Amino acid sequence: MTPISHLRALEAEAIHIMREVVGERERPALLFSGGKDSIVLLRLAEKAFRPARFPFPLLHVDTGHNFPEVIEFRDRRVAELGERLIVASVQASIDAGRVVEESGPRASRNRLQTTTLLDAIAEHGFDALFGGARRDEERARAKERVASLRDDFGGWDPRRQRPEPWALYNTRVRAGEHVRVFPLSNWTELDVWQYIAQERLEVPPIYFAHERDVFRRDGMLLAVSPFVELLPDERPFRESVRYRTVGDMSCTGAVASRATALPDVVREIASTRVTERGETRADDRASEASMEDRKVAGYF
Amino acid sequence: MTDLLRLATAGSVDDGKSTLIGRLLLDAKAVLSDQLEHVEQASRRKGATEPDLALFTDGLRAEREQGITIDVAYRYFATTRRRFVLADTPGHVQYTRNMITGASTADVAIVLVDARHGVVEQTRRHASIASLLRVPHLVVAVNKMDLVDWSEDVFDHIVRDFWGFRNRLPGVADVRFLPLSALHGDNVVSRSDAAPWYAGPPLLEHLETVELSAEHAGVPDRPLRFPVQLVLRDQGSDFRGYAGQIAGGSLQPGDAVVVLPAGTPATVASVETVDGPLDDAPAPLSVTVRLEEDVDVARGDLLATPAAAPVVTRELEADVCWMADAPLRPGARLLLKHTTSTVRAIVDGVHARLDVETLAEVAAPDGLHLNDLGHIRVRTSRPLAVDPYAENRTTGAFVLIDEGTNDTVAAAMIR
Repeated sequence: MTPISHLRALEAEAIHIMREVVGERERPALLFSGGKDSIVLLRLAEKAFRPARFPFPLLHVDTGHNFPEVIEFRDRRVAELGERLIVASVQASIDAGRVVEESGPRASRNRLQTTTLLDAIAEHGFDALFGGARRDEERARAKERVASLRDDFGGWDPRRQRPEPWALYNTRVRAGEHVRVFPLSNWTELDVWQYIAQERLEVPPIYFAHERDVFRRDGMLLAVSPFVELLPDERPFRESVRYRTVGDMSCTGAVASRATALPDVVREIASTRVTERGETRADDRASEASMEDRKVAGYF
Repeated sequence: MTDLLRLATAGSVDDGKSTLIGRLLLDAKAVLSDQLEHVEQASRRKGATEPDLALFTDGLRAEREQGITIDVAYRYFATTRRRFVLADTPGHVQYTRNMITGASTADVAIVLVDARHGVVEQTRRHASIASLLRVPHLVVAVNKMDLVDWSEDVFDHIVRDFWGFRNRLPGVADVRFLPLSALHGDNVVSRSDAAPWYAGPPLLEHLETVELSAEHAGVPDRPLRFPVQLVLRDQGSDFRGYAGQIAGGSLQPGDAVVVLPAGTPATVASVETVDGPLDDAPAPLSVTVRLEEDVDVARGDLLATPAAAPVVTRELEADVCWMADAPLRPGARLLLKHTTSTVRAIVDGVHARLDVETLAEVAAPDGLHLNDLGHIRVRTSRPLAVDPYAENRTTGAFVLIDEGTNDTVAAAMIR
């Protein structure tokens, strides 16, 4: 008997997780940002629920500082699937006085999106949210459950995690609580890219090498954009770059790359010597425990 | 093609478990430069000249500040042959609950033994739990061999001690003993010259080549077990399919099946996926099944091979690990989740506590306490289609949930 490939095993596990949550929860939603992990989630949702419609809407927390290529891709992909997308806007939260915009050259809307997300959860009464986070990304995530309970404030309490033996996920919640569910928990960055190649999934063009005006900050290449003020000694230059992660233009770093097609990207990731978040996310570099702190406060 | 192997490690910091995992990740090149840099900096701050390998698996700030350990941390690494999912469970505190959570789906469990101390109580506990969980492959990693001058006698003594209670581990299919030094990297990823008397492979090679369990590989002659998760319907067509993950055996069009617990016979019309229908779908694939007959099937039902169907019952005898602070006493009312059905349950009897070193039954006059293993009888509000855990780790397992707190309070294996 030939064993099945690791990608098929991970796929089967992820589909099982999504179907369990739909079987047990009243109002799930799937977080879709247009990034590679949530693109894989959408493919897995097709595999889990077609030919039926998705039994949940898609939700995007839009900071207003996204890459335009990603927003264009997001809307096109949603239209192709014929599914419903809810956009929760950080700009709307700012306009409504729910949050206050940071200022200065290092301003970011990263922190603000937690409020927008929690407001959207409350408004729509979501009791389960699918996210594309993976345990290989970061040490706080390495210890998180597949089905992770969040309290009324969206907070994660690492001490109060439910034991999760076998594949018996406990998704029960009380009013006001919800579960965040991570079907890609056991996937690595390389698995995600191998799966994108295997399934021939389209990804936004910024994941491939392209010419862009960038500047160097904290050892990262940040895109020149209306959302970032340059510091006095920062000089823009043109470089062939690609992105490993898709977040805000203000805090997502590019990597110098010539990988213009999927096989090149897979090769590049297989041989990389730096972690995804270490290389490209300013938000995780703020402190040693910055992800842990943000998760406790309700961040994804 | 690379396949997936699930691995669990048990042991305490003193055994060098964190160092072993750090060594495995470092030498298998699963540690990237920014992580290495971080560990080197932290090691220098502590006055060390070499990177402290244990820091690769360092915990969260909440753990350090509050002196707690979160039960399971997951690590990932790969070779050209295999992708590994490693569940790292701390050995000191609440080791029973931790190990059950981390090792429940493992193909291989690594139990660490400190060469200087030999087989101790903790070794027997970890091996017993691995057996109870039916982890098919056990690796006894005899660590710190450098501190006993790579003595073959010391190693042989540990092997003999272990064989002394091997017959109490019926759930373990094979045991492999490995002399190694995690600190220096001997026999972890590369073979060591220090132990010329050891002819076996280093740890990573063993993990790459160990044959996966029959359940994992979906052996076709095993009976079908297909817990139904959802009924999928398409408004546009008359499509009606049953979605689930195959938990045993395989599905082929034309197969006769029985729908449990009702006992309705049916025939597989097709096995659907988004990529097209399959002629043969083995465990553990997630698929959608269509049946020829128009029968009543819902979430919580199970499709099975008629000639080798599971037992349908409302009375379960099970080995249980109790995971809640408040003790379990006879008469407790809980929710029970078994595959895809959740039912009400009453714990009719707490027959015994299991001695975690020997798995022998001892009296439990005041019930089961946090981290106790025990033998219980449960009655359910609705019938369930169950297998002994020894025959199927999916249809033979359940959890108990406290309806008041929604906490998962027990993990159980059906006898």
